[in-house]
Amino acid sequence: MGALLTMSHVGVSLPGLHAPVDVLSDVSLDVDPGEIVGIAGESGSGKSMTGRALLGLLPDGATVRGSIRYGDRDLAALKGKAWQQIRGREIAMIFQDPTAALHPMLSVGAQLTEHMRLHLDLSKKAARARAVELLEQVRIPDPVRALKSFPHQFSGGMRQRLAIAIALAGEPKLLIADEPTTALDVTVQAGILRLLDRLARELDLSVLFITHDLGVLAALAHRTYVFYAGRIMETAPTQELLLRARHPYTKALLTARPETADVEGRPVALRPIPGQPVTASSAPPGCPFHPRCPDRVAACDQPIPVLAQVPVHLVDSAELGHLAACHVHAPAADTRIMVTSTEAR
Amino acid sequence: MSLKLDDVVVEYRGANNAVVRAVNGVSLEVKPGQVVGLVGESGCGKSSLARAASGLIKASHGTVSFDGAPVEPLSWQRRPRRELGLQMVFQNPYSSLNPRRRIDAQLLDGVPEDVARRDRRPYVLEQLERVGMSGDAARRYPHQFSGGQLQRIAIARALVTRPSVLIADEPVTALDASSQVHVVNTLTQLVRELGVGMLFISHDLALVRHIADTTAVMYLGKIAEIAPTAQLWSDPGHPYTSSLIAAIPQVRAGAGLPVALTGEVPDPANVPAGCPFRPRCPHAFDACTEEPQLWPHGSGRAACWLTQQAAIPVRSAQTVA
Repeated sequence: MGALLTMSHVGVSLPGLHAPVDVLSDVSLDVDPGEIVGIAGESGSGKSMTGRALLGLLPDGATVRGSIRYGDRDLAALKGKAWQQIRGREIAMIFQDPTAALHPMLSVGAQLTEHMRLHLDLSKKAARARAVELLEQVRIPDPVRALKSFPHQFSGGMRQRLAIAIALAGEPKLLIADEPTTALDVTVQAGILRLLDRLARELDLSVLFITHDLGVLAALAHRTYVFYAGRIMETAPTQELLLRARHPYTKALLTARPETADVEGRPVALRPIPGQPVTASSAPPGCPFHPRCPDRVAACDQPIPVLAQVPVHLVDSAELGHLAACHVHAPAADTRIMVTSTEAR
Repeated sequence: MSLKLDDVVVEYRGANNAVVRAVNGVSLEVKPGQVVGLVGESGCGKSSLARAASGLIKASHGTVSFDGAPVEPLSWQRRPRRELGLQMVFQNPYSSLNPRRRIDAQLLDGVPEDVARRDRRPYVLEQLERVGMSGDAARRYPHQFSGGQLQRIAIARALVTRPSVLIADEPVTALDASSQVHVVNTLTQLVRELGVGMLFISHDLALVRHIADTTAVMYLGKIAEIAPTAQLWSDPGHPYTSSLIAAIPQVRAGAGLPVALTGEVPDPANVPAGCPFRPRCPHAFDACTEEPQLWPHGSGRAACWLTQQAAIPVRSAQTVA
């Protein structure tokens, strides 16, 4: 099956005070049709920039290197009005704060049908019928009444559902969800996660789910990429990643989570990651994680490790597609197959 | 030197002068060396409770007492000296520290009078070290630190007055995962070493599990359940507690999607009669139309009619799907 989206060696720089500042370096990732792909990382890891690059929403003056293949187009080369065929129609996005994403003075119906009339060329009546259908799909109670309501009349969780309905109005194939549940209560978050899971299956929708919380991805994402300092540190099918994380950064993220428990279910002590996170622009030479890494060796301060298949002989059921950028745990020379994530699949 | 809340009610005037009861009769006690966790969804009244407990607002009914004396709300006068032992750590360290004053100046403000003049500075540095900040932090300004570091400085500032009880309202919510762990570990260590009591308020039940000896779960202004933390997790006595636990995403292979709780938190201005959780409760039955009391459940208490029906165990979280 061909990938819907393939990013190859994408780098993004923003204009800086003296010289351009890198925010993404050598990012290769792909998303298949109907697949939920997770991006996990701390603030400054470049995870949001990745989502923005896919919609041409990067800040002014940003330069993009590498290629972003979507169908037969290269999004990295798109300019100006050409984006209008992509945004909303092919790729849509939802954000952390649904209140800011919705227009406070337009009715839900107006915000939903605007998309459809623009992108799908529907009559007013057909657009209305479709809007009701969309609201049912995202489980908004009493959709007909909801059309006439305004965003402030809904709770935070319901607003995020409205934002999802609006994002789906142009019938996109890929939905980018940038921390969509971070501002929500845990009980409401669970509802949104289940909704996205169902929509992906029912509509054959691909979802790129960006979050700082690996736990959110655990049961949702088919595959996960772990970002640090603008680079991919590790990627694998999510279950494989949780069971057999190889990169010390991924392992550190997993043990820093509060629900870590031992076999009997008792909580174990939280282990913080020493030091401060770095961004792509403040990264040290070599592996960006090496100053904080418990497993570092002399070689780690250069060269920069590339994503390589983790050694197969160490892992009983290692799957192809489990790659890590680590001189110690996935030495590129050792495996003889130096692959990008695309080629491994 | 404990903090005691007795039947505290906090009311606000809403639109059309309607009375909204944000906190509706909560009793709690925080003893020195003890961490009491308070969890609940947004709008459940936990922050209003924190503000009443620290004397920032006045309780409409009920009493808040610290060290046996009532905690009076802050007025234009200075805070009474005996309340110095009650300190707060807020959610956002960027707004709780003065951006235009150096860290040492802000910490020196709170040094007790019995510390001799020449010992005041070393005393401040000692507090900074206690939270894992080096001495050169003292000469810097707030903008020169990350959020996690600032929160630790805010904790150091609270410690300067030698408090016996800390009230921490969502102290790590605004921080990155790795700074969260630093701050949580710092707080826990202080409680254990200095014998400080702490009311730790958070929406994150998993985090509270790590540090609280006792956990109270709040729903619509009332305590739904209060129990030793281990018991609350292993044997929740209230279906709301089970739902909260089931909604937490699990970071382990094979875990299913978190379980969503149906419905929404009702409008606090219009609380349903009987058990406030009844409209969303998977177990609701006839008795629930009457208001439950906080009945004993194991070594804790739960406000649920199921505790009165020994034959029906509260189903475990996983089956309440």
